[in-house]
Amino acid sequence: MSVAESLQAPVGARAEEAPNAAGLKSDAVKERMQLLGLCSPALLLVAVTMVLPVIWLFYLSFLSDEGTFSLEHYQRLTASKAYARIFYTTFQVSVLTTLVCVAIGYPLAYFLAQLPRRAAALCMITVLLPFWTSLLVRTYAWLVLLQRKGLVNTWAIELGLWDEPIKIVHNLNGTLIGMVHIMLPFLVLPVYASMKAIDTDYVKAAANLGASPIQAFWKVFFPLSLPGLFAGALIVFVLCLGFFVTPAVLGGGRVIMVAMSITDTIELFFNWGAASALGVVLLVMTLGSLFAASKLLNLDRILGGGGGGH
Amino acid sequence: MSWFSKAASETQITHGSRLWLYVVAGLVMVFLVAPTIIVIPMSFSESQYLEFPPRTWSTRWYDHYFNSYEWMSATRTSVIAAFLTMVVATPLGVMAAYGLFVSSFRFAHLVFLLLISPMMVPVVLIAIGVFYVYAKLKLVHSMTGLVLAHSMLAIPLVLIVVSSALKSYDMNQEMVARSLGASRLRAFMVVTLPQIRFSVITAALLSFLTSFDEVIVALFISGGDNATLTRGMFITLRDQIDPTIASISTIMVLVSSSLLVLAQVFGQNKDGK
Repeated sequence: MSVAESLQAPVGARAEEAPNAAGLKSDAVKERMQLLGLCSPALLLVAVTMVLPVIWLFYLSFLSDEGTFSLEHYQRLTASKAYARIFYTTFQVSVLTTLVCVAIGYPLAYFLAQLPRRAAALCMITVLLPFWTSLLVRTYAWLVLLQRKGLVNTWAIELGLWDEPIKIVHNLNGTLIGMVHIMLPFLVLPVYASMKAIDTDYVKAAANLGASPIQAFWKVFFPLSLPGLFAGALIVFVLCLGFFVTPAVLGGGRVIMVAMSITDTIELFFNWGAASALGVVLLVMTLGSLFAASKLLNLDRILGGGGGGH
Repeated sequence: MSWFSKAASETQITHGSRLWLYVVAGLVMVFLVAPTIIVIPMSFSESQYLEFPPRTWSTRWYDHYFNSYEWMSATRTSVIAAFLTMVVATPLGVMAAYGLFVSSFRFAHLVFLLLISPMMVPVVLIAIGVFYVYAKLKLVHSMTGLVLAHSMLAIPLVLIVVSSALKSYDMNQEMVARSLGASRLRAFMVVTLPQIRFSVITAALLSFLTSFDEVIVALFISGGDNATLTRGMFITLRDQIDPTIASISTIMVLVSSSLLVLAQVFGQNKDGK
C-alpha cells in the first residue's frame, strides 16, 4: 500500500462511511501540498539560476541588434559555412566518441559483470576513480602524455611503432582520445548495472538447450543488455554534444564544437544574440535526442525515477 | 582440467576461448587509470618538460604552487565554495526527494524532471545564462552567486541518489513512528534519516565534488578574489603546459580518491539493510 493510500484510508475508517470523511480528505490534500512544499526551495533555486536564465537567452536569440524581433541570428546560423562546419564537427566528435565508448566499454562492462563480487569491486575502482577525478586533471594528463615530447611519442619511438614524434594532440585525434577517456565511465556504469540485473537463468537455459556460447550470448544475453547499452550511449552522446573543456584544451583551436563557439562568441565578440541562438540550437539538439530516446525506451529508469507512490 | 578449459560463464564458454576479452578489459582498465596515475610521479620532476620517469626529483612545482598568492587564493575559494555548495544542496535535495516520494501529487513527476533538468541542459548554456542574469543582479565574481549556481548543478545528483535510497526503504517504519505519536519531522529525523544516511553522505560528497571540479560556470561567473582553482587551471592550460598544474592535479587526485574511498566505505554498509 502506498503512503498516499494509507493517508486517505486509515485503518478501520472506510472513507465513505465515516462522518468526518470530508475533513479527512481535505486534511490529506493539505498534507500532500505541504509535503510538495518541501520541494519549493530546490525548485526556487533551479528556477532562478537555470530556468530564468535559459528563458532570457531564448528571448535574446530572437532580438536583432537594434532590439526588435527578428530571426537574423538563426538565419546567420543556417547561411554561414563556418557554422555548418561547427555543427558538423560537433556531430562527428559526438558520434565517434560514442561509438568508441560502446566498442571498448561494452566488453569491459561484460567482464566486470561476470567477476566474483570482491574482484568486481576492486576492478570497478578503475572505472570509478576517473569518474571522481576532475575532468580538467584528466584532460591535462592527456595533454602531457600526448605532446610532441610526451610519453606516448617517446615510448612509441622506442618500441619502433613510428620513427619520429607525430602530432597526436591539438587536433581531432587528441580530442577524441580525451573525450573517450572522460565519457567511458558514463557508458560502463549503466551498462554494468543493466547486465547485473539480467537473470542468468536465461543464459543457463539457452546453454542447456544446446546453444553454443556465441549463440547464447548474441541471442539471449546481448538483447537483454541492449536497454542499458542504449541508455549509456545516449548519456555519452548528449554529454558530448555540449562538451567544452576537453575539445578546448586538446583540440588546440582546430576542433571547434558548438559549446566552444558559444563561449568565443561571448568572450571575444560580446554578441549575446548570436551566442544565445547557438545555445538554443544546442539545447534543442540535446533535448531532442533525449526525447527521441525516451520514446524508444523508459527514460525514468535511466535517470533513477521520480517521486514514489505512482 | 586446466583453468583454460573451465567454463567461464553461464554460456559455458571456456576461459581459454575468451582470453581476448580479458586482454581487452585489462587494456581498457589501464587506459582508464594510467593517465591520471602517471601525472603523480611526473609532478615531482625537476624539469620544465614533465619527464617520466623523472631524471631528477624535486618538489619545485609544489613550492611554486604553495608560494603563489593566486593559486592559494584560488584553492581557498574552491574549497569554501565546494563546502558551502554541499551545505546548501544536500538539505535542499533531501527535502525535495522526500517531498516527492511521500506526496503522490499528480505533478510530482514533472517537478522531478524540472529538478534534474540542470543535468540535461548543456552546462555551457547554463553558464552564459547565469552570467547574463548575475550581471544584472551584480552577483558576478561573488561567492554567493557561485555557491547558488553550483548548488543548482548539484541538486539533480542529490535528488537521484536520495530518491533511489528512499525507494528501497520501507516507509511503513516511518508510519509506525508517527502512529506512535511522533511528528512527521521527528519520525523522519529519528527513523528514516538514520537509515538512508549513507546515501545522504554520498550525495553530500558528490555535491562537494560537483562544485570543486566545475569549470565552465566558474569560468564565467567567478573572478577577482573569488576566482576558482579550476578557472585558473583552465586558463593556464589553454596557453601552455605549466608543470605547476601537475602538482595541483596530484593534490586534486588525492582529494577525489579519498572522497571515493569514503563513499565506498559508506557504500559497503548498504542503506536500510
